[in-house]
This record gives sequence, C-alpha cells and structure tokens, in this order.
Amino acid sequence: MSIPGLLPELEVIRKDFPILERVLAGGHPLVYLDSANTSQKPQVVIDTMVDHLEHHNANVARAMHQLGAESSEAFEAARDRVAAFIKAPSRDEVIFTKNASEALNLVANTLAWRGDLQVGEGDEVVITEMEHHSNIVPWQLLTERTGATLRWFGLTDDGRLDLSDIDELITERTKVVSLTWVSNMLGTINPVREIADRAHAVGAIVVVDASQAVPQLPVDVVASGADVLVFTGHKVVGPTGIGVLWGRREVLEQLPPFLGGGEMIETVRMERSTYAGIPHKFEAGTPPIVEAVGLGAAVDYLDHVGMEAVHAHEQAITGYALEGLQSVPGLTVMGPLDAASRGGAISFELAGVHPHDVAQVLDSRGIAVRAGHHCAKPAHARFGVQSSTRMSSYLYTTPAEIDALVEGLHHTRSYFKLGS
Amino acid sequence: MDLDALYQEIILDHYKHPHHAGLRDPFEAEVHHVNPTCGDEVTLRVHLDDGVVRDVSYDAVGCSISQASTSVMTDLLIGKDVDEAMTIHQAFLELMQGKGQVEPDEDVLEDGIAFAGVAKFPARVKCALLSWMAWKDATTQTIEKEKA
Ligand SMILES: Cc1ncc(COP(=O)(O)O)c(C=O)c1O
Repeated sequence: MSIPGLLPELEVIRKDFPILERVLAGGHPLVYLDSANTSQKPQVVIDTMVDHLEHHNANVARAMHQLGAESSEAFEAARDRVAAFIKAPSRDEVIFTKNASEALNLVANTLAWRGDLQVGEGDEVVITEMEHHSNIVPWQLLTERTGATLRWFGLTDDGRLDLSDIDELITERTKVVSLTWVSNMLGTINPVREIADRAHAVGAIVVVDASQAVPQLPVDVVASGADVLVFTGHKVVGPTGIGVLWGRREVLEQLPPFLGGGEMIETVRMERSTYAGIPHKFEAGTPPIVEAVGLGAAVDYLDHVGMEAVHAHEQAITGYALEGLQSVPGLTVMGPLDAASRGGAISFELAGVHPHDVAQVLDSRGIAVRAGHHCAKPAHARFGVQSSTRMSSYLYTTPAEIDALVEGLHHTRSYFKLGS
Repeated sequence: MDLDALYQEIILDHYKHPHHAGLRDPFEAEVHHVNPTCGDEVTLRVHLDDGVVRDVSYDAVGCSISQASTSVMTDLLIGKDVDEAMTIHQAFLELMQGKGQVEPDEDVLEDGIAFAGVAKFPARVKCALLSWMAWKDATTQTIEKEKA
C-alpha cells in the first residue's frame, strides 16, 4: 500500500521499536493505536538510558567526581538537544519537570504568588472547552484561590474553537490565555498564533499545552506565539517521568520559584534565601536525570527522521484512517473530518456499542486503543457523549494497522449483533 | 483472550434489555456513583420497608458489563430481606475480587454467575461493581437515617 506522505522507510523505522514485534494473547501481533496516550520507545532511547545507568550514573551538579561530571554533562546536553528541537532561543529557557501536568501546575501556581505577573481578584484567565484536564484543573485552582475569574472558548459542532466571541473573551481584564495546540480528543489543530496575537494585544501571557503538538508538528516556540509552552517526554518517544516547560526568559524571570530545595538556590541563610537563575530556579531537588538523558535521545531520533516527514506521515495515516472509519456503519467521528487540520488522534462513537466494549473486542485481536473520556470530560459533555473510543497513530503506524482496526470494528459490530 | 468468557449471552441479554431501569418513587436514599477512570455513571435509589428491599431503581450510562450488572443486581435484590441482600452483595464482591479463582454459588447469585469471567479482566471489575457499590451506599445511608 502506498499513500503519498508515508515515511519512505517505514519498515526500517518499525524495526527501531522493539515492542512492535510483540505478539499478544491468542497469537495476535500488536497493533498499537494508543500513541496519543503514550508513544512507544525506539531502541536508541532504551540503550542510551541503560548506558547512562551502567556507565555514567551519578547525581548532577553537586558531585565533584568524574562520574558526576559525566552525568551532569549528559543531563545538560539533553537540555541543549531539547532547546534545539523546539527552537528555543536559549537553553536556559528549557526547564525539566516531571511531565506536562507538572509544568502547567508550575505556571498556574507561581502566578498566584506575589510578583509582576500575579493574578488576582478582577483578573481573568481564559482557557478552552477542549482542554485536557491537566490544562483545566490548575487554572480552576488558580482562579479559586485568587478570586480571579475563569472563562473559556466554546467549540463549534465540527470540533473547532468557536472564535466568534474572541473580543468579548480576551479583554483588558485577561491576564492569561492557556490553550492546547492540538486536541488529544478531537485532534483539532488550533490557530495558536492568531489567539496569541490577540492575547498579547491586551497584555496577557499565553500558555500553550503542546503535549500533542510536539510529537507531531515541527515546533518553533517563538513563531508559535507562546510565552510558555509545555510538553511531556513520554509522548515524543521518550521515557515517562520527564516533561518540559519552555518559557520566554522575561516571563520565567518574573515568575517566583515553585518548589524550594537543593539546586534552586544561590545562597541559603536561616532568615531567607536567594535563588539560582533559570533554569535551575525551577528545578528543586535531584531531577529525573536518566529520564532527561532518554528524552535527549528521543528528540534526536525524531530530528533524525525529520519532523516535517513525521507530520506528513501522520497526515497520510490520519486521512487513510478517517476514510476507513467512515466505512463502518453507525460510526461517527468527533472533530474535524479533514486530515490537514487535525492531528493523529481520532475519537469516535460506534452506535450500539459502548467504548469499553469496543476496546475490549479490539484488544482481543491485539489492537490497542483507548476508551473513556481521555481526560477531556468537558469536551465530551459538549458533544453530549459520556465517553468515546480513540485511535491514535504515530510515525511507526502502517496502513495495514488501520485496516486491522477497521476490520476489528466491523467484527465488533457483528459480535454485538448489530445489523448493517 | 477468551472474549466469550467475558461476554456471556446472559450479560448481552441484560445489556440489551435491562430490568427495572428508570428512577422511581418512593425511595429513602439516592446516590450518584462515577467510575473516574472511564466516566461510567449511575444514579441509584433504594426503597426499604420493614427490613425488605422493596425497590432498586436507577439511571445509568456505561458499558455492557456495568449495565448488565446493574440489571442483574436489581433482579437479585428486589424483594429480599436487607440481611439476605447484603449476603448476596458480599458473594458478588468476592466473586469479582477473586481474580477468576472463586467458584460462584448459583443458588446465591443466579444470573450473577455469568460475571465470573469478568473477574479475569481486571480493567472491567470496576464496571461490574459500580452499581453494587452504589446500592450498598444507598442502603447503608437509609439504615443510618432510620436509626437516627
Ligand atoms: C493535550 C494533553 N495535555 C496534557 C497531557 C498530560 O500529560 P502528562 O500526563 O504526561 O502530564 C496530555 C496527555 O495525557 C495531553 O494529551
């Protein structure tokens, strides 16, 4: 099968991911269509992490011995690689966190505290109805704690942001606009730049949840219009336990520290302390060292394949999947129907079969998808559904796997005795 | 993986044609339980009278397992003494938490034995237990209210 845009070396790429050779119960080869949940890891990431643990393990920054120097160098080199990958103007603007959720909480928490950017009573924070819970709850906490008001963009019937009331939503009162670049449920790619320009015009800062964008799109943080942009390592073929917060230097310098502890200080006296500069100001305690090193190898891997090529592949597979899914009677795709304006996560409903049951039948055939609310309950509520089934592809996904999914869905219907 | 062990005919029947569905009066307690991982929800009412479970009524959204389990539960519990109903509840709980190692007693669980296969699918145990937990909660609340 040849579809324009597919990665030409797809078979070679698949060989890089050892788990794709797994055979599951019943002799079914794994068909992994849950990459928006977490991506699989290439051998080079696994090997880099093992090598670090086997040969270079030591704490960073505070060990004076040779291993300490090697470990620090590997950790800081990972920061360089991530900075280059997202085109950050400065490596110091890249802060390692535990995941995207922690990065978003870091921003939402520090905005509550005294400082130039402090959010208070009368101020407004604007989010959207298609956010992951990680980009909703921290802002609810912030506004509840400070007496600020939380507002949000609604969605159109075809799953895009409803920008018709942008001028009423983003006003002089707006202090923060936080939105997802690519929806993990609807797949929608949002016009981040357009919204950011509007937000900047009223003096608000823009936080972008790029958890689903960085895996799929070439990202240039400055061009995106974001003041702060976050993503999570495990969705970009890296390990769990590591996330990234990028912020414009001026913004990061204006935010007060988040967690206090080792590494984030300049000097400590009993009365008070002074703090390290960025990035260390936001990295209290021993960081996830081997995870950062693994993430460095992961973004190197993606760079090597080329993000333009990864994006083209995702679009090709997504277009093919959208077509295949439409052939299943009673199936409704949620979100935009043209592959060009969406990412590789496709949520759908199958009339007469609950998503759990869909996922269970597919799993019995070795096909891994996600069923539930995908941490986007408000977006589901907007479309009047309680849950959905989601398939999500990545650079290693083949058209044959999409065929297996579509066939599995036909089988699911017949298993639940639904007529055509 | 043996799908038919999970989706017994009885389960699919109850799913398609649930018994005692809908919310009814009278009732002493109403509870709302949610499975936070998947979002399945049930609103459930109990009506106790003279130590007997007179009615269990519900409004639920969820998968075949959770819907069928609710339906089977109402068949089993309505009309029973509260004590007996609690014993049935306990037996179902033990079956579900038995990792597939517990042999169900058909005299106690009747159609409920069809759920024996569910116990082998850890991700689905919570689905099967959602409304049973709701029933226990509502019943306990009712009993405590009566005591007070
Ligand atoms: C859009 C979006 N935001 C945030 C997250 C949270 O990522 P993590 O759980 O790694 O913090 C996810 C992934 O689950 C996501 O898809």
